[in-house]
Amino acid sequence: MYPEYMKESLKLVEKTRPARLKKSLSGEKVFTPMTDAEREEVLTRFHPDYKPDARRKIRVGPNKGESITSEVADLLESHSRINPDDFDLSRIDYDTDVLVIGGGGGGAGAALLARENGAKVVIATKLRIGDANSMMSQGGIQASVNPNDSPAVHYLDVIGGGHFDNKPDLVKALVMDAPLVIKWLEELGVMFDKNPDGTMVTKLGGGCSRKRMHSARDYTGAAIMRVLRDEVKNHPDDIQVIEFSPAVELLMDEEGRVAGAILYNLETEEYIIIRAKSTIIATGGFGRLHIKEFATTNHYGATADGLVLGYRAGANLLYMDSVQYHPTGAAYPEQILGFLITEKVRTMGAQPVNKFGELFVFPLEPRDVEASSFIRECTERGNGITTHTGRVGIWLDSPLVELINGEGAIQKQLPAMYRQFNRFDIDITKEPMLVFPTLHYQNGGVEINDRCETKIPNLYVAGEASGGVHGRNRLMGNSVLDYNVFGRRAGMNAAVNAKKVKLSKLTLNHVRRYEEELQETGIHADRVAPILLPDYTPPEVKARQLTAHYEGTLR
Amino acid sequence: MKENENISEEEKEAQPQKAKMIPVYIMGKRYEVPEGLTIMGAMEYAGYQLKRGCGCREGFCGACATVYRTADDYKIKTGLACQTVVEPNMYLAQIPFFPANKAIYDVDKLEPSISTFQKIYPETFRCVSCNTCTKACPQDLEVMDYIQAVIRGDIAQAADLSFDCIMCGLCAARCPAEIVQYDVGLLARRLYGKYLAKKSEYLEKRLKEIKENKYDKEIEELIHMDREPLKEKYYARDIEKR
Repeated sequence: MYPEYMKESLKLVEKTRPARLKKSLSGEKVFTPMTDAEREEVLTRFHPDYKPDARRKIRVGPNKGESITSEVADLLESHSRINPDDFDLSRIDYDTDVLVIGGGGGGAGAALLARENGAKVVIATKLRIGDANSMMSQGGIQASVNPNDSPAVHYLDVIGGGHFDNKPDLVKALVMDAPLVIKWLEELGVMFDKNPDGTMVTKLGGGCSRKRMHSARDYTGAAIMRVLRDEVKNHPDDIQVIEFSPAVELLMDEEGRVAGAILYNLETEEYIIIRAKSTIIATGGFGRLHIKEFATTNHYGATADGLVLGYRAGANLLYMDSVQYHPTGAAYPEQILGFLITEKVRTMGAQPVNKFGELFVFPLEPRDVEASSFIRECTERGNGITTHTGRVGIWLDSPLVELINGEGAIQKQLPAMYRQFNRFDIDITKEPMLVFPTLHYQNGGVEINDRCETKIPNLYVAGEASGGVHGRNRLMGNSVLDYNVFGRRAGMNAAVNAKKVKLSKLTLNHVRRYEEELQETGIHADRVAPILLPDYTPPEVKARQLTAHYEGTLR
Repeated sequence: MKENENISEEEKEAQPQKAKMIPVYIMGKRYEVPEGLTIMGAMEYAGYQLKRGCGCREGFCGACATVYRTADDYKIKTGLACQTVVEPNMYLAQIPFFPANKAIYDVDKLEPSISTFQKIYPETFRCVSCNTCTKACPQDLEVMDYIQAVIRGDIAQAADLSFDCIMCGLCAARCPAEIVQYDVGLLARRLYGKYLAKKSEYLEKRLKEIKENKYDKEIEELIHMDREPLKEKYYARDIEKR
């Protein structure tokens, strides 16, 4: 139930709804999309990436001197959790062909394909397998399947949405593998939304020129991740899963090749040495760094661990100056602040309107443009709705979804959204949702090629931890696609690589060297990374924890 | 850094109000926490750093299955810690892990029929229709109905009714017949998706075209196009109507 002070604005939304509905049903564009110049203007003036302190130069490592997101620079300019001198690297706990770090969709897909290609696999994951952003994606997965669409049209949408900074070979892999991924997932038993004739239900995503977004209600990520996890568990002889054991450093051999990792058992506090011929980083993104203090849609474990590991081993990062804020995070009620409201709500016809009930932007601009225009509406133009806790947002007029698609459309196709708000007595079939941009996605990451190889031998990266495919802005439905396409490719190539690799003696010299570089640069901060978990302990509790020891954020 | 207190500069006029404090009992111990927090938020406020029992924090992953009771009631209730708001005098505990059986199977060799369930999850057929699973479900799914659908051999209905399952395990934890409902539902959906759902003609056609290299030339041209003409092409592209 919305509080009394919002009622006046809600009335205005209701009042303007019939006219907006009429225009929407007429088939003409409900609002004129922005030109290149207009996009540029709203981005540079309102996107959080362009704030003066959003970026700073990183002082160590392969990207030294480059301007990147300040919080990421802090993370990378941190000490290791371990002292290399404490480790006897001849005492190997696990020896495997392929080590997959991360138990999300990318990691699961990589493990399955590595196994198919003859490798023995270990998945090491910080929480449970499947506890990942993959499980949470709601809206869908893109693939050019319809007759009026093609991989080339998909390519153009992706590269334009990414502001033409995307790595072309990666975009090609993404769009060409997309239909194959849909087929693979269906063969595994993922239930996509279908029309009675068997064709896929497809929707138009933001920044897309064709209906290409395949979905499984608004549980698309869950539908896929549940199946991938189940399939991983169907191969216990070939794929071993070690849960609650994040990797804290990569291992290398004396030839400078990656050779496995050191895991930390979160429960027994033991360190575990895994030697692997190929290592895949599939650790996901950085939402839990709460960049610029934003609330996030991300999973509890999204702390960019893989970036730290790869960077210390010498891998290059790409586009770490760019952060994706999802336009529609929940701004009310307070308990679900920052929660993802899937773009599918807009693809099904919901419109963003201001406190006067006026539509102020084309509802399906690329995400960074859409989010920036929401921020402009709330700040410069002062047309947002302020809550009693002082937050501000604009309305996402969801009742339009029912009026356009028929009664029951929300409960049938957006059950998660309906359920989420219903828990707080807000019926989104009748009332709009209050939204504000929320920290959503790491656009950049470790640089890879279309085989998921990094510049360090035996090290592969897939999914959100990698960078390049989305340029500086990812389109909706392309992250689910990304982790499937590149998870599979990483697994396949890692397995083939493992057949020919002969590792030499294991070392942690790269960790020593990195620490030396920090010292030489005069960075004496007490930060420790990877941080593994965010720390939400209130300061007053901390003040009483007189004998507690925190290693970074971790107690 | 309390998550729900992160406030961006865009929201700078924010002045969170002081909330009323209420007592809750975490694993039997009393703590005072602000009203309006979720169970998860309350545990963190009390000083717990969660490892198990915390996942997506948005109601999608099922990691935070919680059992609780309120002071004036004998009934055990269930919910997700990230989705349930605390009540005064709530006694609560999370289920860190539940050792439920997950069968190992080769999905390529299964038949989409009742006999598959009889073989893989025979305990399904011990359902006594007590409806405890349905009452336990934090997603408000008709859990017993989908188990009954499996028993009747109606895989399509079982798949449909179980679709929004997040596999938190509360149904299985409460089931007197020791059925693992969420794994049964998942098997139903996998069988439906793989064998029973009608195939998409368009998808098959597109796969064939890609295999025959139909799009290679066009993609290569785009890859080698300079930024400006590429930009021009992008902004000139026609956008399909919604």
